[in-house]
Amino acid sequence: MLLATETVNFPILSALVILPAIGAAVVGLIPSRRGDTAKAVGLLFAMGTLALVAYLVIQFQIHPTFAVGGADALDHRNGFQFIDNVVWLKQWGIAWHLGVDGISLWLVALTALLVPVALLGAPARTDPKSFAAWMLLLEFGCLGAFLSLDLFMFFVMFELVLAPMYFLIVGWGGPERRPAAMKFFLYTMFGSAFMLVAMIVLVVVSSRDSGVVTFDLVALANSSGVAQTTGRWLFLGFAIAFAVKMPLVPFHTWLPETYTKAPTAGSIIVAGVMAKLGAYGFIRYGVYLFPEASQYFGPLMVTLGVVGILYGAVMAAVQKDLKRVIAYSSVAHLGFIALGVFAITRISLTGAVIQMVNHGIIIAGLFLLVLFVERRRGGRDFTVLGGLQKRAPVLAGLFILFTFASIGLPGLNGFVGEFMIMVGSFATRRWWAVVAAIGVIWAAVYLLWAYQQTFHGTPAPETDGEKDLRWAEIGPLVPLVLVILLIGLYPRPVIDRIQPSVDKLEQHVVDRTGVVPPNPGAVVLSQEDFDVNPDGVAHLDGEDR
Amino acid sequence: MDLFALLGADPPVEDLALPSVDWAALAPILILVGGAIVLMIGGSLLRGPVARKFYGPFTAAVALASTLSVIPQWHHVQDDGAFTTVAGMIGIDGFSLFATATIGAALFLAVLFLDGYLQREEIVGVEPYVLAMASASGAVVMASANDLIAMFLGLEIMSIAVYVLAGIHVRRARSAEAALKYFILGGLSSAFFLYGIALVYGATGSTHMADIADFLAQNAFSNDLLLIAGIMMMIVGFGFKVAAVPFHQWAPDVYQGAPTPVSGFMASAVKVGGFVGFLRVFNTTFVNFQLDWQPVIYVIAILTLVVGSVLAVVQTDVKRLLAYSSINHAGFILVALEQASPEGTSAALFYLVAYSFMVLGSFGVVGLLSRRGDGHNSLSDYAGIASRQPYLAFALTVFLLAQAGVPFTVGFVAKFEVLMAAVDGGSWPLALIAMVTAVIAAFLYLKIIVAMYSGTVSEKVAALPRVLVPWGARLALVIAFVVVIGLGIAPGPVTNLAEHATPHLIALGR
Repeated sequence: MLLATETVNFPILSALVILPAIGAAVVGLIPSRRGDTAKAVGLLFAMGTLALVAYLVIQFQIHPTFAVGGADALDHRNGFQFIDNVVWLKQWGIAWHLGVDGISLWLVALTALLVPVALLGAPARTDPKSFAAWMLLLEFGCLGAFLSLDLFMFFVMFELVLAPMYFLIVGWGGPERRPAAMKFFLYTMFGSAFMLVAMIVLVVVSSRDSGVVTFDLVALANSSGVAQTTGRWLFLGFAIAFAVKMPLVPFHTWLPETYTKAPTAGSIIVAGVMAKLGAYGFIRYGVYLFPEASQYFGPLMVTLGVVGILYGAVMAAVQKDLKRVIAYSSVAHLGFIALGVFAITRISLTGAVIQMVNHGIIIAGLFLLVLFVERRRGGRDFTVLGGLQKRAPVLAGLFILFTFASIGLPGLNGFVGEFMIMVGSFATRRWWAVVAAIGVIWAAVYLLWAYQQTFHGTPAPETDGEKDLRWAEIGPLVPLVLVILLIGLYPRPVIDRIQPSVDKLEQHVVDRTGVVPPNPGAVVLSQEDFDVNPDGVAHLDGEDR
Repeated sequence: MDLFALLGADPPVEDLALPSVDWAALAPILILVGGAIVLMIGGSLLRGPVARKFYGPFTAAVALASTLSVIPQWHHVQDDGAFTTVAGMIGIDGFSLFATATIGAALFLAVLFLDGYLQREEIVGVEPYVLAMASASGAVVMASANDLIAMFLGLEIMSIAVYVLAGIHVRRARSAEAALKYFILGGLSSAFFLYGIALVYGATGSTHMADIADFLAQNAFSNDLLLIAGIMMMIVGFGFKVAAVPFHQWAPDVYQGAPTPVSGFMASAVKVGGFVGFLRVFNTTFVNFQLDWQPVIYVIAILTLVVGSVLAVVQTDVKRLLAYSSINHAGFILVALEQASPEGTSAALFYLVAYSFMVLGSFGVVGLLSRRGDGHNSLSDYAGIASRQPYLAFALTVFLLAQAGVPFTVGFVAKFEVLMAAVDGGSWPLALIAMVTAVIAAFLYLKIIVAMYSGTVSEKVAALPRVLVPWGARLALVIAFVVVIGLGIAPGPVTNLAEHATPHLIALGR
């Protein structure tokens, strides 16, 4: 049998990364007075990207088989598919190098889904042309960062997202948006400064060994590596950037301001996608690139994650503004993801990736619903809310669905991610997992409390004319609800595509550090809870019980 | 058979030994100086309002011609190696040609902006154009100097013309103040520089850079105080010209006071002249003494980076803001210079190209928005201007983001290259400090951008008519924009050129 090469015979990754950029340019050229045209064209490009990503997900091979030789053999061995590798700056070994594996696949899908949802669900009131252009540019940066296999290209894309986000906040944000935008930009740029220097040091030091200057992620991860101490310092340089972007406590202070002051579409992308850039960075440029340092700093990172879970919960409980409650709940969720990543077990890493997608879907839905609440009540302070359930039962119903998903109710997607993170991290970081579990309970407290304040009680008489959700408002929420139910009830298609890549990553860590992490499937849970494959890969699967 | 003896006549007096002059190699200088002379004479003969319209295009054409005249020389140098002419005074190598082209391009853009500015301010006369060409020719001499005396000549030609240019707006008190301040401090720095040359001559017995380097390589000093003192004085002299801290005090006042396109010219062509002189002297001539001067540059670079970014934060005048940011950028170039390596030199050259286009574009827009009288430069005048001038605001935004080092602009590539050189040279702490100050500097660019996009137009500005952008300025803005974005996406061609633009010390007779 001939070994298959790529299943798609055109550079699909380059196409789907560049399509939004072309869209941004096209929208930018439409005259400002044709706002509706610009909006439609922008949406068209976002949908086109989504269609390409859907095609990518279908064509993605769970267990790819590739010929042994070939230019991309190393990439293929490391689990990447659909490789595009074009020299960009020859003298520094920089390339436009794209590839996708199970970890980035779903984040790309998340990005491609959330951008049209945000454009449809929370359109701009003024200047829709620039709004659509900035959103598409943002999508370009996010997709590029998730798919790049070149350090330089990753950094460029990682930094690029700042500018459109900044303009979205300044142009369409709420009151006092200027300081928030400034804080967001400077904070994240500050973090990136360390990453850039660390990245260059890594490349220069590696080039002394190998004699070849290259920014290729896969080549660097598989090279002889840097000295242990150097590696640890460099890891910290990268970690600052990701900790700010994600954000981890104590680098989170820009988050509440940005989430609440940004326009809803912007909040959706910042919380839903850009936060994942940080988490994804921790996996790809932390665990994969610096396995030893990730183990070494593991306790520190999971501590920060757990502190985030508790801190986010406490802060969320005392907020008076609905959007701020969600912002702080986000800190808690991101803490969970950090715990999953740095526990470095198969199950916890898989759970972290799923939870990244879950968090993006859930927070996008919640931000949209807050916007709809705001449209009806003219504010989102608990003092002006209350009693909405009577007037808008559909709104209330959807809100409680997303709230339950966020809390982690079994049968909804949040449960799958959180459960896997807990199970996985219990094996290597037992007490952290125990403390994190407390956060799950608190999440129920503050989110349900927020729900009560918003929807229960007696409505004020002047709100009699309030209407329930219109179809145009329900529409963007439908795909999110479907994803919540799909991952909640039958996560297998998602997990199956993540698992091989996570296994490869874990094997890479084991090869590099020599530390074999305990298999949580064997240690923690009984056989009935897991469907163990012949290859020893544990699958968490509610259907197979 | 001796004909003179046969005829019984005295042999003729021995010929004056004239150095061989390679006219083709001097073409960029000759075109600039020739253009200046032609325009000066022509301008005094044809002075009508119609003739005045041609001063600008003529100067721009001269700038373009001098830039293009570099191309044949470049191929010559790449094929046959560097060479020297005019008795070793002028050296032609990749470095000098690269810098010459940069200076020519900067002059071209600056003149396009300056022309519209002068017409708006009704400053009649041919002098500004002549001075700009003269100043650029001085910068080119600095770039090609192979002898410290030639370096000094270039420095003075460049500086004196700029002193006058800074004060060319005679009806503006600030302009005169700026010119006087610049003149006095510039004169002082020239004195330091000249004294430095004298001390180095005293220590080594030559002003010829190749001879100095040879002497330093072959002799050990029992007491090198004289040489070190000379080197330090030259650092002071160059430090003034490139506005490095602590020799930067003049820059904010002068940039603010000078006519805005002139500020752009000073920040680009003049700075290129100063830095290429700096690079040539320290990265070739004194390269054997790098252990002595590197720590000094190290400290100066840190000071320049930090002061340039931190003090910018409290400014409210846009031109002053840009002046401080230009100090911060100088810090980046000093980081590259401090490496004393080929990578550092080419990084510095690329940074100078990138910075020239960014800063000319920025000052170009600021000059247009300053309106008649060059008075609307405070941040409050920029409030909400994007709604009235969307294209100018967008262009300025791109130039400022490029200066901040946002990816896909040339500013990012320039910073990246400097960091690569610095880390390669082992100066990673310097690289880190530079990046952190870049974040602080980003704050001030964002301050301008925020003002433009989110404030409300002040009544004073609302009463003014919309800015009409002259064709020359329009062309210059488009060029600067295309370069800033184009080189941000595909910097390969220019970084390759910069890599081949290594400075050489050329001994006499080669």
